[in-house]
Amino acid sequence: MSAFSSGTVALAPHRIGAMVLRYVYLLRSSWIRLLELIYWPAVQLFVWGFLQLYIAENSGFFARASGVFIGAVLMWDVLFRGQLGFSVSFLEEMWSRNLSNLMISPLRPIEFVCALMIMSLVRLAIGMVPVTFLAIAFFGFNVYSLGLALAAFFMNLILTSWAVGIVVSGVLLRNGMGAESLAWTLMFVLMPLTCVYYPVSVLPDWLQVIAWMLPPTYVFEGMRALIMEHVFRADLMVAAFALNALYFAAAVIAFLQLLKSSRRIGSLLQAGE
Amino acid sequence: MTDMPATSEPAVVVEQLVKVYKTTRAVDGISFALEAGSVTGLLGGNGAGKTTTIAMIMGLVMPTSGSVKVLGAEMPRQRYHVLHEMNFESPYVDMPHRLTVRQNLKVFGRLYAVEDLNGRIAALAEELDLVEFLDRPTGKLSAGQKTRVALAKALINSPRVLLLDEPTASLDPDTADWVRSHLERFRRRRGATVLLASHNMGEVERLCERVIIMKRGRIEDDDTPQRLLVRYGRETLEEVFLDVARGRGETREAAQ
Repeated sequence: MSAFSSGTVALAPHRIGAMVLRYVYLLRSSWIRLLELIYWPAVQLFVWGFLQLYIAENSGFFARASGVFIGAVLMWDVLFRGQLGFSVSFLEEMWSRNLSNLMISPLRPIEFVCALMIMSLVRLAIGMVPVTFLAIAFFGFNVYSLGLALAAFFMNLILTSWAVGIVVSGVLLRNGMGAESLAWTLMFVLMPLTCVYYPVSVLPDWLQVIAWMLPPTYVFEGMRALIMEHVFRADLMVAAFALNALYFAAAVIAFLQLLKSSRRIGSLLQAGE
Repeated sequence: MTDMPATSEPAVVVEQLVKVYKTTRAVDGISFALEAGSVTGLLGGNGAGKTTTIAMIMGLVMPTSGSVKVLGAEMPRQRYHVLHEMNFESPYVDMPHRLTVRQNLKVFGRLYAVEDLNGRIAALAEELDLVEFLDRPTGKLSAGQKTRVALAKALINSPRVLLLDEPTASLDPDTADWVRSHLERFRRRRGATVLLASHNMGEVERLCERVIIMKRGRIEDDDTPQRLLVRYGRETLEEVFLDVARGRGETREAAQ
């Protein structure tokens, strides 16, 4: 079998493929799971879409800012559901008490993480692509018209979501299912701080400092600049990429350390219980 | 499947192995070596340290001190050199319930880079009487069928070192006997080294040529079943086990 390199850091595509196949089998096994992926993004879209229509009819400013809320909803869902797609795939192993089987197989932790990242994209595509078409059909908002900027927004948001997903998975390995709620709630801490629906300038000064430490803040500011002022802020995207690179590397190191710690305290034996 | 001759190098070497969880000494300085191609039973009551010992051999748990070598690789540091040659089965570890038996075996077969995977799955299904269940969700099988699927997963890569943690727990006597027969056949054909943790003395007596008895993290005795029976003056391993568990072995030795 091919491998990128030998030794303990080898990455073997066939093992990543095996894990992706495992999650695809799982998704295929239940249409409810598939429907669930589209359900919440669609509900969010309709709530915020109709709210935006109402406000636009009653405010000249928001009439000019058409699509800001819908764009924000879609971008937030990339961030939140990207992390959820990663974490839920990981949780599936704990729910099914399969983690020990994987940990004693030749699957490397980094390969496992790669498979989870791929599944995060797959789940996101299943959930979000139909919703973007609903946005066009119901509210005339075409997110694809953002062009290359959309790719930059998406890349930054998905990197943040993976970084959070990786850390949450490490904590789950180390602390077991007692930490499951983190997978569902951690991202919501970022919601007010990353200024999804309002500009950073609304926050008090001291909170703005924290907000600018979070890559999604740059994306949401950049999106508003693009939709409302028709300006693509490349500086914001570069800053977000730099922060994401830092956080992603830190998340991988944290995951490996938490895995090592779970081998030390024996929590891999009880995983899922 | 390739027939593997037994070699003179021990397949597993455990030296002065210690595992401490906070204040509990789960494994307390044990040493043993498993000859290649041997079947060894690991006996002990609940909390004796059997599962922790097996977990350290697999590299799933890091020893506090001491060392474990499997096929010459130091565990857990060099685990990726040998994990493809090992496997494990336990009723306390499941496989994804929603996936069919075939899907589960395909996933694990790919993880272990098994060649001619479809052929291997077909052969295992035939051997383990799983043909009619291959396309059924694993979660919908009975306990006995699930055990056979878990065994198929454990044998998918024809491991040179097979670790079994109570492989027949919660099975009816007929199914348990069937599983033991299959394990015997596999061991003979593959020449694999098998370490079997069990509470079932009949199972150990039948399958194992050597028995290691653990108590409170230490090895209390280590010998062939026959010699243990003679030394303790007992008819069955169960009686020997009870002697060790209740400390009668120490009393007997002291009296002698």
